[in-house]
Amino acid sequence: MTPALGRFLILASLLVSTAGAFIGFAAGRKRTREGLAWAQRFAYAYTVLMLAATGVMEYALLTHDFSVSYVAQVGSRSTPTWVTIASLWSSLEGSILFWGLILGIYIAVATWLTRSSHQEYMPYAIGVWLSCAAFFSFLIAGPANPFVTVVPQPDGPGPNPLLQNHVLMIIHPPFLYLGYVGMTIPFGLACAALIKGRLGLSFLRPLHQSLMVAWIFLTVAIMLGGWWAYEVLGWGGYWAWDPVENASLLPWLTATAALHSMVVLERRGVLKGWTVTLIQASFLLTILGTFMTRSGVFNSVHSFTQSSIGPTILVFLAIALIFSIALLAMRINQLEAEGNLESAVSREGMFLFNNLLFIVLTFTVLIGTVFPLVVEALKGKQMSVGRPYFDSMVVPVGAVLLFLLGVGPALPWGRATAKQIRRALLPPIAGAVVLLAIGYALGARNPWTLVTLAFGGYAAQVTVAQLRSPVTQLRRARRRFASYIVHAGVVIVFVAIAVSSTMRYTQEVHLTKGGIANVGAYAITLLGVEERREPNRLSTVARFAVAKNGVQKTILEPRMNQYLAMREPIGTPDVYSTIGGDFYLSVMNIDPVQQSVSVNAIITPFVGWIWGAVILMGLGGLIAVMPRWSGGLQPAEGALKGAATLEA
Amino acid sequence: MTTMTESMRRRTRIFMIGALVVAAIAFAVIAASGINKNLVYYWTPSDLRKAGDQAYGATIRLGGMVVPGSIRTQQGSSLEFDVKDLHSVVHVKSSGAPPQLFRENIGVVVEGTMVHGGYFKSDRLMVSHNNEYRAPAKGHPVDEKELKRLMKSTEGLKD
Repeated sequence: MTPALGRFLILASLLVSTAGAFIGFAAGRKRTREGLAWAQRFAYAYTVLMLAATGVMEYALLTHDFSVSYVAQVGSRSTPTWVTIASLWSSLEGSILFWGLILGIYIAVATWLTRSSHQEYMPYAIGVWLSCAAFFSFLIAGPANPFVTVVPQPDGPGPNPLLQNHVLMIIHPPFLYLGYVGMTIPFGLACAALIKGRLGLSFLRPLHQSLMVAWIFLTVAIMLGGWWAYEVLGWGGYWAWDPVENASLLPWLTATAALHSMVVLERRGVLKGWTVTLIQASFLLTILGTFMTRSGVFNSVHSFTQSSIGPTILVFLAIALIFSIALLAMRINQLEAEGNLESAVSREGMFLFNNLLFIVLTFTVLIGTVFPLVVEALKGKQMSVGRPYFDSMVVPVGAVLLFLLGVGPALPWGRATAKQIRRALLPPIAGAVVLLAIGYALGARNPWTLVTLAFGGYAAQVTVAQLRSPVTQLRRARRRFASYIVHAGVVIVFVAIAVSSTMRYTQEVHLTKGGIANVGAYAITLLGVEERREPNRLSTVARFAVAKNGVQKTILEPRMNQYLAMREPIGTPDVYSTIGGDFYLSVMNIDPVQQSVSVNAIITPFVGWIWGAVILMGLGGLIAVMPRWSGGLQPAEGALKGAATLEA
Repeated sequence: MTTMTESMRRRTRIFMIGALVVAAIAFAVIAASGINKNLVYYWTPSDLRKAGDQAYGATIRLGGMVVPGSIRTQQGSSLEFDVKDLHSVVHVKSSGAPPQLFRENIGVVVEGTMVHGGYFKSDRLMVSHNNEYRAPAKGHPVDEKELKRLMKSTEGLKD
């Protein structure tokens, strides 16, 4: 009964989204108000159906209805309720359903917010959104159907234990989905602008806001993924240039580039086609990322089992790519620039340079990620691209970007005299010297770390100066403030990454009960090894007393968790975090009979700052998109004239 | 607003496109050589033997079964054992304490390279973790497919 209801709702959503997409495009061609109203109704109907279908699935999960195939696959009577709720996104079929739900919510909100504006674009935008929705409904209805009726078993295995192992697992996937799926909204708007052959400056506002919303979620999601890896996987790091990590970074890079090119577009009326291209690329990269993480081409906690949806997603990616390229080819010339750039050494020149570097980063990561797939597809040989490739390519480009983050905002818009430029660029060198000196005094010796500290200090001084500078244009004040908050976060992230990755100290320790070992300034004492039985797992816990410089600080309990449905146990590290850095213990080997443990002890300076600073970036973004109280995204004076002629 | 003539503008545009093309080619060359230098090969002991000299210095993920009776733990935290597939055996020296599940007859993936002492020097060791809820096939302790999956694993083999 429940699976049949779910299947019915999904089929209805497929029907509604397909019909709505056709209505949207037809309404756009015929320019009827009535057609747009119907497209909006279908958009809302899709959302309601997705809400209902997800509700049915959550109901089935919570009531342990093992006649639903997805519940039989990930459900278990012994898991805690929060794990059961989060099971919705713990495996392939459910995660696609969850995707559909989030897409539905996005579509409804975006449709509601634009219900009485931008009427000439919106039918097409809704048409594009619902086309994407139709594809995901098709996936849920066919290749990734979670609502298949199966013979009910008394109990199920529960979700992948790695996913049950940490609370961050409830937050990370929804944020990532909100980021990924959110790219659909600006994509639809950008496509609408291309179809109309027009990108009026008033239409920049929804484009900017929807992109920013997706960007905020994606930014935080990437950090949460790294944080989760750090807290759960036990190797003491947060980023390894994994294909699955790269998949989330790629659209972030292009979206960040687009957010910057939009500023130039707003100011100078140039880069229209370029901005639209970046937005389309961001969307396509989310689909590529979905393909990489959901098709089983990589084995990871993200890829679940070998699944059959890979080819289907690839077909969708191909269609979306061809659609985007065709639109660009036909219409990009109609998005004519209204102004031009006067000088390379200016704020707008730095924006261009910034965009170039983001593109270089995107291609660097994309090539390194996709290369093994291509080789395997063509030659059948299996390999991967090692971490040194990414580090050696990305670190220098990142350093230059950090420098630009200081230079760009310091430079004035338009042409400037040599004297003005000197006056803008020389003072922040003080900040660079100060941070460099502090870092050197604290023992930083890696050349790239020193470079990052110098550029970071430079950028920090410029950013602080900009945050404190008197407001000249009130209506732009909030967005300016917001972007420098984001920049402040970025500076901290760069410095924290440089320091934490090059000044890490690792030591392997073997102890029996009562034994003491020194690790840097820390001393650990093994208090004992004990076994704890919980409903869904058996934990073998090593209890350590941790002292720093002779002062007792805390008890750490790294452990091995044996889940009931699994053959093999999973290690879970434990971390003592301070402002200055983390002390991290990860079990290699544990023996409750001998009361002995081998642990990796890792001291990582400054690492916790990354999580906080990324949250700061997200908050900055949030300030930028909050409903306006004093102007929001308004065209600049110079650009207004151009906008008027363009809209006419 | 604009002081440029049409021909000047065209010239700057051609110049810009030319510069971009040069930059793109330079980038492609750098990226290609970067990738070439940093490839990680996924090999079985037989692949490794077939590769000959190529195996020395290259980064390799070697996947196979731990030969019974071959495990020797040294004082401190160094570990030696043999890894085999159907046709070949490779001697492995690994640094660091073995992970919890390490034992004879289990599938492992080690990352490292062949060195001229004639053994495989590994700094990472990962034990076959079967995340799917099924019992191991009888009489065949190492599942080839599982090992392939392990080699492609993106989460385990990190230091």
